Amino acid sequence: MASSAAARPSGSRKPLLALAAVLAAAPLALANNYTYEVAILVGLNALACVGLNLLIGYAGQISLGHAAFFGLGAYGSALLASRYGWPTLVSLPTAVAAVGLLAWAIGRPILRLKGHYLAMATLGFGIIVSIVLSIEDGITGGPDGMPVPPLKIAAWTLAGERTWYWLIAAALLAAVWLARNLVDSPHGRALRALHGSETAAAALGVDAARHKLFVFVLSALFAATAGALAAHYSGFITPASASFLRSIELVTMVVFGGMASTFGAIVGAAVLTTLPQLLTVLKEYEMVVLGAVLMATMIFMPRGIVPTLASALGPTLEKAFAATRGKRF
Amino acid sequence: MLTQTLLSGLTAGAIYALVALGFAIIYNASQVINFAQGEFVMIGGMTAAALVEAGVPLPLSIVISIAAATAVGLLLAKLAIEPARGASVVTLIIITIGASILLRGLATLVWDKKIHRLPAFSGETPIVLGGAAGSATLLPQVLWVLGAGAAAVALLTWFFRRTLAGKAILAVSYNPLAAELMGISVRRTLAASFALSAALGALAGVLIAPIAFTSWDSGVMLGLKGFAAAILGGLGSAAGAVAGGLALGLVEALGAGYVSSAYKDVFAFLIILAALVFLPDGLLGRRAAERV
Repeated sequence: MASSAAARPSGSRKPLLALAAVLAAAPLALANNYTYEVAILVGLNALACVGLNLLIGYAGQISLGHAAFFGLGAYGSALLASRYGWPTLVSLPTAVAAVGLLAWAIGRPILRLKGHYLAMATLGFGIIVSIVLSIEDGITGGPDGMPVPPLKIAAWTLAGERTWYWLIAAALLAAVWLARNLVDSPHGRALRALHGSETAAAALGVDAARHKLFVFVLSALFAATAGALAAHYSGFITPASASFLRSIELVTMVVFGGMASTFGAIVGAAVLTTLPQLLTVLKEYEMVVLGAVLMATMIFMPRGIVPTLASALGPTLEKAFAATRGKRF
Repeated sequence: MLTQTLLSGLTAGAIYALVALGFAIIYNASQVINFAQGEFVMIGGMTAAALVEAGVPLPLSIVISIAAATAVGLLLAKLAIEPARGASVVTLIIITIGASILLRGLATLVWDKKIHRLPAFSGETPIVLGGAAGSATLLPQVLWVLGAGAAAVALLTWFFRRTLAGKAILAVSYNPLAAELMGISVRRTLAASFALSAALGALAGVLIAPIAFTSWDSGVMLGLKGFAAAILGGLGSAAGAVAGGLALGLVEALGAGYVSSAYKDVFAFLIILAALVFLPDGLLGRRAAERV
């Protein structure tokens, strides 16, 4: 196992380079501010989903409350910057770190739970956070939300869709690099062993509790970063960003794109962020079509889009790839 | 005050118990957590309210609305869950989430986005109770909720203990393969469990609609509370589902009455978190062992 991982580094960098190329080329297809805005939303969701996929896809632990981390990152950075006048460059990492600490404190007791019980615990935590955010209106502005100061680096204010696009693209690339490195590390193998069977992994000397907690905190950090960036980008946040439906949306993106596939998480985020935008033309039929698409995809591609397409097209692609290689040499 | 609070807690608890029973029945038959359970409640309430508004007599409306939800449950099992058998549990959960979005969307198309109300089954005149804890008033509908809830639980117990169909469902929940070998159709059991859960959900929806109103999205929170109640009682345990539902309703009512009404929904989920941390298998759940 170790030798195959060691032999792979040059190969495993290719997908990352491909993603960088796609992110760099995408602006060519983005005609106006609206399309940039959609691309930024895709990037923010993808950032959260790459982290959530580590938890769900690799470690096999479900979370139905991840929007809480997204929302707390957003509100945390917004409140530190607007109420206490912190520079956003300090408020953002502070809020993200605080969310990480919270995830650690919550994760320690609840990650002992399994399956549906863990689902319920994370769901409960998420709902509590979203309700507190809407009730404590003295601090958070309540259900109507609150304005968020823009992101500032020294005297330079980050503004405009194009600037934000590059920031989010860089953040996403860094997140994917981190996630892929983690998956290929001994830590990642321990996580996959846990996914297979926690008891068997523990018998082989894997410290299940420590590994699960680590990846839970890491995924919370990803979500909080995405949330804080989203808040500073849009300049406004509401408790809806931390709601149960939003948590469900994040899990759906991961499963839809394909669990245990970092690029699946990105594809899932891209499809399910743009789909509602496209479906707005359907007006009152929007929800019906969204629900039907979701059901049909999961019924016919239960492993998600990317793994299903990869195994269907894999041989064809490999052949084509081998052909081009043959020509070159 | 206390009597009043306990009564309203029991009322909500009875509704949660019915929804939780639906979760337990489907979970036992298929290991699926059906996130569209709340939508069955909504379909029950909305169909009955729409029919009554159209001039159909109340009892007939109730029967039709439960039948309609049962049909939706059957369709969900046949068209969505059965073709996806063998998929991972998370995939199945996402399918039911897709179904819940679809059903909410259909509800806005078939009806509208307004809030509807079903007339109370036997009038609105409150019954005044005198007791040691002071006088309390009671809506006649509360008696309907408690009575019909208790009747449904009794009927279910009889169904699972005394009828062949009920025993077949139980057999599948213990061991699908062994049940199949004994000639029980696992597919029909799956369909039956969805139909039964949908009927229970619709019954809850019809019972609560005169008190809490109904709208296209009224199933979301009820579904989550039902799931919480099922987990609190120990997933898959019918007695646990009823106990969990009642406990959740009472905790919520006491919290709302004596601590803060704004945080009503928070109490329910705090209790769940506490219970999960200290009693990881629920109030009446059996301790699960993992097979390696």
